[in-house]
Amino acid sequence: MGEQTPVLEMTGIRKVFPGVVALDGVDFRLFPGEIHALMGENGAGKSTLIKVLTGVYEIDGGEIKLGGEPVRISGPLQAQQAGVSTVYQEVNLCTNLSVAENIFIGREPRRFGRIQWGQMRRRAGELLARLDLDLDVSAPLNTYSLAIQQMVAIARAVDVSARVLILDEPTSSLDASEVAQLFAVMRRLKADGVAILFVSHFLDQIYEVSDRLTVLRNGQLIGEYRTEELPQVQLVEKMIGKELAALEDLEGKAQRSREKSAEAEPILEARGLGRTGAIAPYDLTIHAGEVVGLAGLLGSGRTEMARLLFGADRADTGELRLGGKPVTLRDPQLAMKKGIAFSSENRRTEGIIGELSVRENIILALQASRGWTRPIPRRRQDEIVDKYIKALQIRPADPERPVRNLSGGNQQKVLLARWLITEPKLLIIDEPTRGIDVGAKAEIQRLVAELSDGGMAVLFVSAELEEVLRLSHKIEVLRDRRLIEELENTAEVDADRIMQTIASGATS
Amino acid sequence: MTILKNRLFWPAAILVVLLVINAFTSNQFITVRDGHLFGTLIDILRGSAPLMLVALGMTLVIATGGIDLSVGSVMAISGAVACLLISDLGNQNSVGSVLLIIGVAIAMSLLLGLWNGALVAVAGIQPIIATLILMVAGRGLAQLITDGQIINVRSDPYSTMASGFLLAVPVAFLIAAAAVALTVVLTRRTALGLLLESVGGSPSASRLAGIRARRITVMVYVVAGGFAGLAGLIYSANIRSADSISAGNLIELDAILAVVIGGTALIGGRFSIAGTVLGAILIQTLSVTVVAIGVPSKATLLFKAVVVVALCLSQSPTFRTKVFGRLKARPAVRAEVPA
Repeated sequence: MGEQTPVLEMTGIRKVFPGVVALDGVDFRLFPGEIHALMGENGAGKSTLIKVLTGVYEIDGGEIKLGGEPVRISGPLQAQQAGVSTVYQEVNLCTNLSVAENIFIGREPRRFGRIQWGQMRRRAGELLARLDLDLDVSAPLNTYSLAIQQMVAIARAVDVSARVLILDEPTSSLDASEVAQLFAVMRRLKADGVAILFVSHFLDQIYEVSDRLTVLRNGQLIGEYRTEELPQVQLVEKMIGKELAALEDLEGKAQRSREKSAEAEPILEARGLGRTGAIAPYDLTIHAGEVVGLAGLLGSGRTEMARLLFGADRADTGELRLGGKPVTLRDPQLAMKKGIAFSSENRRTEGIIGELSVRENIILALQASRGWTRPIPRRRQDEIVDKYIKALQIRPADPERPVRNLSGGNQQKVLLARWLITEPKLLIIDEPTRGIDVGAKAEIQRLVAELSDGGMAVLFVSAELEEVLRLSHKIEVLRDRRLIEELENTAEVDADRIMQTIASGATS
Repeated sequence: MTILKNRLFWPAAILVVLLVINAFTSNQFITVRDGHLFGTLIDILRGSAPLMLVALGMTLVIATGGIDLSVGSVMAISGAVACLLISDLGNQNSVGSVLLIIGVAIAMSLLLGLWNGALVAVAGIQPIIATLILMVAGRGLAQLITDGQIINVRSDPYSTMASGFLLAVPVAFLIAAAAVALTVVLTRRTALGLLLESVGGSPSASRLAGIRARRITVMVYVVAGGFAGLAGLIYSANIRSADSISAGNLIELDAILAVVIGGTALIGGRFSIAGTVLGAILIQTLSVTVVAIGVPSKATLLFKAVVVVALCLSQSPTFRTKVFGRLKARPAVRAEVPA
C-alpha cells in the first residue's frame, strides 16, 4: 500500500472557532482500497475534520488534495462532485420512498423529462447486487431494518461518487449481525478500490475492519498507525493522553488523602440503578467531601450513569437513596431540591443559554428553585455575580455580556457558578474541561479540589484519565455501558492500570 | 451611529414619517373637542388597542418559542359571549351587570388559553397545530353562541370600553396601556421574564437548570387568551354587536408582525414589550394612513405589504450589510484583507 499515491491528502489543516483551536496542523491521508479509522475522544477534532472534508466548514489553514490535485471544498455539493460522500449516523434518507427512489433521488434517469422507472429500478438492483444485497427495490425503505437502510445510503453514496466514502459512526445503532453485514459491504467496496474513512467508538470493530488508523487528541495529530501494529492499550493511551505540564502544580494533590471522607455519612447510595439501553444497573456510594471519578471511553456510559443521579433521565430499575432516604428523581428540579447539581457535557445545548447575559445564566438555577414569583432582588444578584466572577476569574468580567460571546472555558466557569450558588451537597460535573484551554482547565481542577476539601461531594466525569486520577478519591471504570470496576485511588493505581481495565474489559 | 443600529430605529422612523403624513393630510390631527382629545392621532391610539392587547400576549407566547393562531377566534368567542349575555339583560345600561358579564367573557377566554397551553405543554402538540385547532373550531363555537346571527346590543357602559373617554383619553387606549403595564410588571418585576427567555432560548438547558417549563408555557397561553378576550370585548363594544365572522379575522398575522417588528425573534428567547407596542401602533397607523392619503381600497393591501416589506428589509442584518455595507465599507474591506 505504501507505494500507492493517496486519493486524499490533507496537510497542516487548521480550523479555529471562537475561543478554541479545533484542528491544529492536522495531516491525514487516505489510500484507495483501504479502511482507515479516525480515532479520538470527544473534542479531539474528529467531527471537525470530517466536516472540513465534507465542506461544512472552510479551513483556516492547510491544504487538501484529492487525487493529487489541490481542491477547495466550499460546500457539501462540491464535496460530492469532488468524489467525497458521507453516510451519517442517522440515516439521511426519505424512508417513505422506495429503495430505488432513495438511491436515485435528485438524479433520476429521465427521457423527455419523464422518469424512466424501469431503468431506475434495474440500475438500483444492479447497484445493490454489487453490495451482495437482494432487496425489493420498489418497496418503501421503511420496510427494511436500520442496517439495510444504512446500506442503501452507502449504495447511494458510492453511486454518486465512488472515490472517498466517509462512514460516521455507522454501527452505533446496529446489532452484532447487522454490523457483520455492514462490514461485508465495506470489505467489498474496499476490494473495488474505494477509500473508506470509518469512525466508530467500538474498539473491537476498529480492530476487526480497519487497515490503518489516525489518532487525534485536542485538535492535534497524535499519529498514523497500521492497526495490526498498535495494541489496544497503546491506542487507548494515545487517545486519552498524558497530561500537560501546565497542570503540574496540582500533582501534589494526587492520590489525595481521604481520612476525612472515610468516616463521613454517604450522601448518595445507588443500588442496581439503571436505564435500559443507556446504562446497565450499577451500585454507587458517594460520601460527603469525596471526589468520585468516572473513567471510560466515549460511549462507555459515563454520561448516562451521571444523568440518572440528577433525574435528567429517569432510571427504570434500581433504587436511589439520598441522605439515607429513598427518592425517585422524576425531574431535575426535584434533584436540585435534594441538593444535587449537574453540569452537562454539552455546554452549548444543555448548559448555557447563549443569548442571556452572564448574570442571568449564573442566577438561573437558583431562580428556578425559588420559582418565578420570588425573584432574586437585583442588588443581591449583582453581589452574587460579582463575587463569582471574581472568585472564578470569569473573563471578560462583564456580567451583562451575552454568555455566547465568552470563550468555552469562561462559559464553563459560568456554569459552575450557576451551580455553586445553589450550594449543592453533591456536584456532578460532566466533562467540565473539554475543549477549553489549559489555563482554564487547571483553574477548574483546582476549584474541584477546593470544593471537595470544603466538604462537597463531587462526581467528576472526564475523558481525560490523568485528570480523573489527579482529582478522585475513588474511580469507577466503565466500558460498553456497564460499570466494570471500582478502584480506590491508591498509590498503585495509575493510568496504565485503568487503561488495561478498559482495553481488556476484565472485571476484577 | 449607535441609534441607527438599534433594531427599533427604523420602525420608529417609519412611524414618525407616517404620523407626519397624517398630520398634513388630516384636517384634525389632534384637537380638543367636547372636553376630550380628538383627531387622527387619538383614533390611531384608540384603534390600536385590540391589536396591542393581542400582540402583547403573542409576545409572551413567541418568547417561549411558540405561537398562538387562535387569538382571533378567542376574540370572536368573548365578544359573542358578552353580547349574548348583555342582550338578555332587562336593563342593558346596568353597570354592575355589564362588568360581571365582562368578567365572565374574560374568564372564558382564560379557559380557552388554558386549553391551548395544555395542548402544547401537556399533550406536547406543536404550538402551530395546537392553536390551529382553536383557530378553526373557535370561530365555529362563536357562531354557535350567536346562533349564526349578528347580536346587536344597546349598552352604554359596554360601548364605553371602545368609544368612551376617561380624563380626556380614550378608554380603549387606557385598557391597553394598563395591560402593557401589567405585562411589564408580571415579566420584569418577577422572574417570569427571565425564565420565559430561558425556556425560549434553550428548552433542554432550561430543564437541566431546574426550570419547570411546562407551567410557564401553560401560563403564557392563558395570558394570551385573556388579552385576546379583552381585545374581543373592545372590538365588539366598538361595533355594538357580536360579529363572529369578522371579529379578529386575521388579527393573529398582524399581531405576529407587530411582535417581529418589535424585535422579538420567532424562534423564541429575548422579547421586547416596548418593541411590540411600537409594532402594534405602527401597523394601526399604517392602516389609518392608507385611508387618509386616499389609496384606492383595491390597492390598500398591496400598499401595506410594500411598507411591511421595506420595514422587514430594514431590519434584516443580511440585507443591511449588502446594501449599506457596500456603500460605505469599500475602504474598510481593503484594511481587513491582510488579516
